[in-house]
Amino acid sequence: MTTASRLPEPYPQGGANLADILERVLDKGIVIAGDIRINLLDIELLTIKLRLVVASVERAKEMGIDWWEDDPALSSGARRTALARENEELRRRVEQLEAGTGAEGRGALDRGAGTTDDGTGQDGRGERERER
Amino acid sequence: MNDDLRYVYAVCRPPAAPLHADLTGVGGAPPRQLTHEGLVAVVSPVPERDFGREPLRAHLEDLRWLAETARAHQNVVAALATVTCPLPLRLATVFHDDSGVRAMLEDESERLHRILDRIDGHVEWGVKVWLGAASADGDGSGDSGSAAAASSRAPRSGRDYLRRRRAGNAAREEALARADVFARRLHGDLSRYAADARLHPVQSGPLTDAGSGRNILNSAYLVPRTWSEEFLELIGRTEGTRPGLRVEVTGPWAAYSFTDDPDAREEPHGGEGAARQDAGGTP
Repeated sequence: MTTASRLPEPYPQGGANLADILERVLDKGIVIAGDIRINLLDIELLTIKLRLVVASVERAKEMGIDWWEDDPALSSGARRTALARENEELRRRVEQLEAGTGAEGRGALDRGAGTTDDGTGQDGRGERERER
Repeated sequence: MNDDLRYVYAVCRPPAAPLHADLTGVGGAPPRQLTHEGLVAVVSPVPERDFGREPLRAHLEDLRWLAETARAHQNVVAALATVTCPLPLRLATVFHDDSGVRAMLEDESERLHRILDRIDGHVEWGVKVWLGAASADGDGSGDSGSAAAASSRAPRSGRDYLRRRRAGNAAREEALARADVFARRLHGDLSRYAADARLHPVQSGPLTDAGSGRNILNSAYLVPRTWSEEFLELIGRTEGTRPGLRVEVTGPWAAYSFTDDPDAREEPHGGEGAARQDAGGTP
């Protein structure tokens, strides 16, 4: 499956892979300061972003760059982080509710346990809703 | 047209043969050659509304614009490479006017000549080694790993699941190790046919074709034009010798990967330090 059997054609680049083109045009090629200069920070940010697009994440991590992990647009890991954060928030809220109104909270739970019929009925409904 | 800026694609030595009349550059205008003291800059006018500081910065964040511009840039560099050995500039190197470009040619003259000397008569070939998705995974269920593998055939028990998972991991690791040995050897062999070589980070982002498998080697070789045939034959000989591994060749490119200053490996112009970590040598 190599293209090696084809001898050097004069630039069959029309179909060249975008990743290969971006890799060269953005990350290689000589850097010369033009008149229109973009804030160096922006360029670095761009380069890093493109690294993420064309190069390996491991490599970026090796370089100590991991901010994308918190950028939901860039990473499924970030989505996980968002979920984890939401979970934690919910957990905290539950703790607050349980701790904040100690006796009352337990009372509510007791009440829930006591009214078994209602409870199972609600749970059943809840599950069915989740299934849908 | 006084609002127009100058976009520079590449620098080369005169006399470069005339470029094809139909060739268009970034923004659709035809590129032309601007000669100054023994150097030629290939430039085209670009509108300030797209390439002024603010609009350019905004555009650079837009992957669609970026892709289009990158292709146009490469298109001009590639056309130029059929008639000379151009030194390609990085995307979006823009000057106010012709005199700005001339001043740059003068200021950078020594560095440009040094690099042009090195790449003269050479082209760049890109080589990538891919480990097929099936081999990378041990049992052909894609790259998503053991979860997907397990769900394809439900394990009979927890122990069965773990056993399969371990077997899958072992097969994956073995395939990876074999691929790595192959890639190192290939890189070593190819480097002997090249004037210079660079190892680039392997590709794995969303732009990489999902069916390609896992990228094991991503390298570039500066090869004398006259050796290109042998160079490609060398790669051709590896074809089919390693099941599950695929060697992909791209090029010939202009010498994009070899534009660092041969006299100053410590890049004085900043922003390149990290990119150079992967440069040169055998892996």
